[in-house]
Amino acid sequence: MANPLKCDLCGKPATVHLTQIMNNKVHKVDLCEECAQTKGVTDPSGFSLADLLLKASLNPEPSGDVVRCEQCGFTQADFKKQGRFGCPACYEAFKELIAPMLGNMHKGTAHIGKVPRRAVARKSLYDRLTHLQDELDQAIKTERYEDAARFRDEIHQVKQAFDPKQEGVA
Amino acid sequence: MKITPLFETPSELTDPASGKCAIVLTTRVRLARNLAGQPFPGWAKEAQRSAMLAGTLVTVAALPQMKKGLSLNLEELTDLEKQILVERHLISRELSSSKGGAGVAITRDQSAAIMINEEDHLRIQVMRAGFQLKKVWNAINTLDTDLEETLDYAFSPTLGYLTACPTNLGTGMRASAMMHLPALVISSQMEKVVRAVNQLGMAVRGLFGEGSDASGSIFQISNQTTLGESEEEIIKRLSSVLNTIIEHELNARAKLLETDASKLFDKIGRAFGILQHGQLLASTEVMNLLSLIRLGVDLGAFPETRRPVIDRLFIEAQPGHIQYSARGSFDSAQRDLLRAQFLRNEFAGFGAPDFSGVGKN
Repeated sequence: MANPLKCDLCGKPATVHLTQIMNNKVHKVDLCEECAQTKGVTDPSGFSLADLLLKASLNPEPSGDVVRCEQCGFTQADFKKQGRFGCPACYEAFKELIAPMLGNMHKGTAHIGKVPRRAVARKSLYDRLTHLQDELDQAIKTERYEDAARFRDEIHQVKQAFDPKQEGVA
Repeated sequence: MKITPLFETPSELTDPASGKCAIVLTTRVRLARNLAGQPFPGWAKEAQRSAMLAGTLVTVAALPQMKKGLSLNLEELTDLEKQILVERHLISRELSSSKGGAGVAITRDQSAAIMINEEDHLRIQVMRAGFQLKKVWNAINTLDTDLEETLDYAFSPTLGYLTACPTNLGTGMRASAMMHLPALVISSQMEKVVRAVNQLGMAVRGLFGEGSDASGSIFQISNQTTLGESEEEIIKRLSSVLNTIIEHELNARAKLLETDASKLFDKIGRAFGILQHGQLLASTEVMNLLSLIRLGVDLGAFPETRRPVIDRLFIEAQPGHIQYSARGSFDSAQRDLLRAQFLRNEFAGFGAPDFSGVGKN
């Protein structure tokens, strides 16, 4: 046995191998006897592969800089400990950490389904703002100062239209 | 008691109209929702949690669906009251043991409940007796849309509804059915079923959700994934899995009748005898006995009208309910005595099983 599979949770030699098929994608988890027992994999009353995948993907030690959510102060270490985020803005702060996990955990990586009307209104305002900002930058760059002044006023109007506190998450 | 109204009005779970689906006891959908710019309950400070509760409980209680409903701050409830809410599936175990700033609003008919400051700011749930996934989804969709009028949800166009745990991201929806699968349990096929269901991306849990055992042969089947698939698609996929399980359960029942009918009838008959004459009954034992009686109803050994009685007893035989009806706090040994007494009363006029017509239609 040249390269025995290691347990995704503790690193011991794995003897239990699970396969789950979601949307024609194959997800594999390798576990040692002990972890399989404690995670209830062998228990017919049920276990959640999604939870396992979540924990397994958190296993590699985070290295280097400490990533911190600006809004709530949550760190990657906190996430590793709790498996939960600190606030909605954490999804932006830990984008890189979460992106590879989502594909393993879910059927897809992009939301399909219900969209809250108010959040969408906020989103379209946000998009408009980003667009205007680009236009403004471009106008300044090319020294079209009259246009720039117009864009600046428009940006001001849009910002007034919605609570600035709510921009962060959209 | 603050929760007394729950016992005084008819509820979806304890008084279901007869003739509901034999195998699916209840259908439930829950949505996880959070408010933009606010720390999730697990990370929020005590004061933030209290402010969130105070703010949202008012909004939630003002919904038209909540008319004449109950809105409760968990801190004002006794342990027994919390336990009763858990036994009625109106709050989760997690909420009942939360550290403060937690609450729940419950509709008058107890078919909908909104938990505040559980894992997410809001956990909205709607449940109905029987196999009613679409109807439940429509009801909860309306409730959620109404709430969104006043609450500013945390939502990302790419990731969907933002939840404390990434496993709920996207739709934030968990649709589930509580299924009664005695024949699959008796014929030791449940492990195989659980594996197959897991492979299809659905989770299997016990009666009280995560980590609970499957006493009474009752299992909760739900979707595991929430991102990359619309609510309707998830419901469609879950429905087809549920239908397959129903088919397997029915096959297992037919097989039991074919190969060893007298052994099965013996189990049901003994269960009936114990419920009618037992003197000390623990709740797990009762769940298993009631499960057999329910199977007896499905097979035609008892009249159909008895099924809702069993479904009510599944809840009323739980420890919290036993103490509530005996008006006091009792230890587990005393409860077993009270539970046996309660069930002897319930089964005194139940009518003996008649197996003569079983399997002959």
